[in-house]
Amino acid sequence: MKKKIKLNDSNLLLVITIVIFTLMYLGAIIFQGGGFTKPQMFFNQFNNNAALIITACGMSVVMITGGIDISVGGVVALVSMCCAVYLDNPNGNGTIGGSILIALGIGIAYGIVQGFLVAYLDIQPFIVSLAGMFFARGMTTIVNTAPFNVENEKFKALKLTKVTIPFIGSINKKGEFSPAYVEIGVIVALLIVILLFVVLRWTKLGRCFYAVGGNKQSALMLGINVRRTKFLSHLICSTLAGIAGYVYFLHVGSGSASHATGMEMQAIASSIIGGTMLTGGVGNIIGTLFGVLSLSTIQNIVSLAGLDQAWWTGITIAAMLGIFLIIQSVVMAQRKKA
Amino acid sequence: MSKNKTKKFEAGQILIPLIALILLALINLIVDPSFFKITPVVNNSGNTVLSGYLITILDYGSELGILAIGMTLVTAASGGQDISVGATIAIAGSAMLKIICGGVSRPTEVKNYVVTVIVAFVVACIVGMLCGAFNGTLVAVFKIQPMIATLILFTAGRSIAAWINNNELPIVPDPRFAYFGGFIPGIPIPTTVFIVAICIVIIALVLKFTNLGLYTQAVGINEKSSKLNGINPTFIKFLSFVILGLCVAVAALIKVSRLSTINYSVIAKDIEMDAILAVALGGNALSGGKFNMWSSILGAYVIQFLTTTLYKFHVQSDALAAYKAVVVIILVVFSAPTVREFFKKLFSFKKKPAQKGVA
Amino acid sequence: MDEKRVLEMRGIYKIFPAVKALQNVDFSLNKGEIHALMGENGAGKSTLIKVLTGVYEKDGGTIELQGEGMVNIHSPQDAQKLGISTVYQEITLCPNLTVAENMFIGRGKGLITNWKQMNAEADKLLKMLDIPASATQQLGSCSIAVQQMVAIARAVDMDCKVLILDEPTSSLDEQEVEKLFGLMRDLKEMGVGIIFVTHFLDQVYEVCDKITVLRDGQLVGEYDIADLPRVQLVAKMLGKEMDDLSDIKGEEGSYQGEDADKKIFEATGLQSDAGIHPFDFYIKKGEVNGFTGLLGSGRSECVRAIFGADKVLGGTVKMKGKEIKINKPLDAMKNGIAYLPEDRKVDGIIGDLSVRDNIIMALQVLTGFWKPFSKAKANAFADEYIKKLNIKTASADTPIKSLSGGNQQKVILARWLLMHPEYLILDEPTRGIDVGTKVDIQKLVLELAKEGMSVTFISSETDEMLRTCSRLIVMRDRKVVGELSGEDLTQNKIMSTIAGESAV
Repeated sequence: MKKKIKLNDSNLLLVITIVIFTLMYLGAIIFQGGGFTKPQMFFNQFNNNAALIITACGMSVVMITGGIDISVGGVVALVSMCCAVYLDNPNGNGTIGGSILIALGIGIAYGIVQGFLVAYLDIQPFIVSLAGMFFARGMTTIVNTAPFNVENEKFKALKLTKVTIPFIGSINKKGEFSPAYVEIGVIVALLIVILLFVVLRWTKLGRCFYAVGGNKQSALMLGINVRRTKFLSHLICSTLAGIAGYVYFLHVGSGSASHATGMEMQAIASSIIGGTMLTGGVGNIIGTLFGVLSLSTIQNIVSLAGLDQAWWTGITIAAMLGIFLIIQSVVMAQRKKA
Repeated sequence: MSKNKTKKFEAGQILIPLIALILLALINLIVDPSFFKITPVVNNSGNTVLSGYLITILDYGSELGILAIGMTLVTAASGGQDISVGATIAIAGSAMLKIICGGVSRPTEVKNYVVTVIVAFVVACIVGMLCGAFNGTLVAVFKIQPMIATLILFTAGRSIAAWINNNELPIVPDPRFAYFGGFIPGIPIPTTVFIVAICIVIIALVLKFTNLGLYTQAVGINEKSSKLNGINPTFIKFLSFVILGLCVAVAALIKVSRLSTINYSVIAKDIEMDAILAVALGGNALSGGKFNMWSSILGAYVIQFLTTTLYKFHVQSDALAAYKAVVVIILVVFSAPTVREFFKKLFSFKKKPAQKGVA
Repeated sequence: MDEKRVLEMRGIYKIFPAVKALQNVDFSLNKGEIHALMGENGAGKSTLIKVLTGVYEKDGGTIELQGEGMVNIHSPQDAQKLGISTVYQEITLCPNLTVAENMFIGRGKGLITNWKQMNAEADKLLKMLDIPASATQQLGSCSIAVQQMVAIARAVDMDCKVLILDEPTSSLDEQEVEKLFGLMRDLKEMGVGIIFVTHFLDQVYEVCDKITVLRDGQLVGEYDIADLPRVQLVAKMLGKEMDDLSDIKGEEGSYQGEDADKKIFEATGLQSDAGIHPFDFYIKKGEVNGFTGLLGSGRSECVRAIFGADKVLGGTVKMKGKEIKINKPLDAMKNGIAYLPEDRKVDGIIGDLSVRDNIIMALQVLTGFWKPFSKAKANAFADEYIKKLNIKTASADTPIKSLSGGNQQKVILARWLLMHPEYLILDEPTRGIDVGTKVDIQKLVLELAKEGMSVTFISSETDEMLRTCSRLIVMRDRKVVGELSGEDLTQNKIMSTIAGESAV
């Protein structure tokens, strides 16, 4: 007798996400054709969203552990501003390495403070990271009020570095083959996705994230150090936000207080669309990646459909989030009954 | 004896925002006593009105105070917060302007001013309540966590607001419209103070003459049990969001009236965070259950007090957030149970040797 | 320390603000011994267990473990490392993880999870202990009993010397309990010392070797099971000689009104979405009847359907001969039906609200949204019932969650009595509360019936039902399979009906 394989919660939601993303992309190719068949269009989704992918991954880890971090957008803005100021200082002695250290430093410092407050002082993560967001946004303006572009030569070179993808590309109007490319940030983002996937699936720490998110009290009784686990989840999330800040900075090449506005909400939305439950204990990094891609595909579809007034983007993202939330809620309710 | 105990407890909760208020007042008193000066001035429209930092606080804290009422109920009933209030203020305000200006971006006059404004306000209330109903449905019927459910309108709200007026920014030509967010000629006190007072009286009456408070708390503490007691938790949660929607509409009236126009991306920006803070500062658990309405409202004014104080110290409006964040963190750290326990221990250790000394 | 000893606790003190939870308590456990820890609620059993498992820090005394000497236990992890494992009444596993993960998470060295090896080991252990689950199954999809067993399997696999079972049987049916006992006896053979906490006296005498009794945070004594008959055990727990445990029915007499034969409530073909077969049911004025059957046989589901707590799918309901519709609890309440739910913590108390608010809740809802009671009236109601039911609380303003289990139950009972229902449904009103309060509640039920209230009483303890009910509806597999009254009301008859022998 063949036993029916029952999908667990994480995988079920992941499957739903991937199916919907594939259908959406195929639909876009069929009905809108043109751009969606070009490989570069596909890879540009990565180029434009590398930072979001990284923050969303961090967000997923925190959400799986049962928390939330809404400071990530602020951290991204703060990092890009600090790095911009550092690289653009009149002495001209800012180095790439130094700027990366700044980014990591800010991220780790954020992780330690927020993680400590949440894990060891039992303060609600929403409030802690709300204050964190306020602080980051405020600090960004204190560091420098006006937005500006970085003119550091080494940085510019790094920013323009492209990694071409062999064999995939399109033939342009002149009949030349132009290979598809991705930016360095995308490589970083994909490495992080793989790394986190491995951590969540095969390490003890990763499984502890799920356990704590599933039932905190039980996790404690099972001998898991709940406080340390929570702390580490926030540390990972904020560190990734720091890295994302640098990737974002690399993509836009400027510092501004209005950078990454609403990124925290996009990251949360991506995680949810990717099948992470806000209640904790359920989620998947691959799903999160697809969540980000789904979001950006929807944005592309909207703008290609000629609905390029600014408000349509907001409305469609919200509609999509709503649909996914309702799917999740219905699926979960159904499961509980079964 | 036991009664005294509970009174002490209830008073204890309102003590949190009260102490914060006193601290802020003391700092101002030490740095610059003129902070508390209230002087009559003649304003742009030729009215004699009261002016001073305290008046500013009372005036500009109004929207927050009104939102705190709804936010407290939502928090208590659903154990979560509505982060879409800023965006829904934009929607309600936009709808209001659409009615008043009749879809024209630069009207020269408003016909039937009184009727139009009343209709516009009613429409704004309906729109606000519809937004609340949307959030409420997601939370109560589909059982989605409030913060995430309201994320939808948070993301889409300002876009919807822009869409209602086709991205135009209509300006109300009638100077009387500015009364709601400013001063009525002949009355030296800001109109907003009266609006808040009316709201407070209404909610006080509602809490006294209905079971809204008891039901909301029961649902927030134990949903299953309240259901078996004949309460409909779904409806109570839904209702709390609708009430918040109504509060949003009133806040939108004030916000739009202040400028006689609207800026979709800026109006009531970050106000959701302040409203949530007001509830937390009032000593209410953000996880729902028991609540103290007056503590929340006081909390709202404390936050405005802080904002005004910071402005006075010439802190840039964009950098304000950083200072607020520090205050918030200090506040929550000291109210965290773990930290309180620590201090209690510290305190008792200090006490013991002292007693020995006496003996 | 004696060679056979695995655990020796001496002079344990634990002080909470204003409460002396444990005072100079000794406890010792031998190898291969099943040792019952008994006491009323609030006697200090849970506190002692929590001290031993590191949830609480002790304020005085020593703990000595075989092979470890004197130990200090600061956290559940410490306890685990020392070989002290606990299985709680509430499942303390993670429902979102697999069975295997739940057995192995939080222990062992290394950073990497080896799924293959873990699943293989888990399957081996599950097979050995005869637990019907597979290693890769998500725990949340298993029944509560299986989850409980997985928890024990986890403890067993950790080479524990001391296994603590804290009321593990309260959500299991008889067969599952038997299985659990089998498992316990196997472990005993293997030399594990087991501390068994339960409210069921039968179970104590079935598996235990020794009994330690606590009362008011103090040690009463340690006894061999053979030296302590039941009556004496109860007496020791209560601290007084009990004589009225055996028969209270005779004293009260029954309702003698003219309308004694009138059917108060009648249901035909009632069905709900909780998976019970349509059933017929009636109750007369002043009658006490009950649903009996194994756990999961559908007895709670039946009364929930009557009260409208689950979604009603079909059937007709009559109240005093008049047909009514009950779709939600409020409908039932309006018709004078009250329901004290099975799970006090989840469905009964509203934890943070005061005793007063908890008492007035049902009547208040019935009175209406627009008519809140004045403070004086609410206080009067609360004070009346606090006195009437002898509820031990500091004041009416105390949050109900800080009361003991028995007193919480009395508050919930007060809530429904205040409504002055014509028909009162009590689902397991005596579960998890101390013997004294149990008797109080049973007496109260009979008193109420004498005054003309109809009561449906459900309990897992058959003798309790025999003492109170004059008619029993027997259920099996979510179906009504029989009705017993008069002469048939005996332990044997009930058992055979439940087992299905009389149906042949």
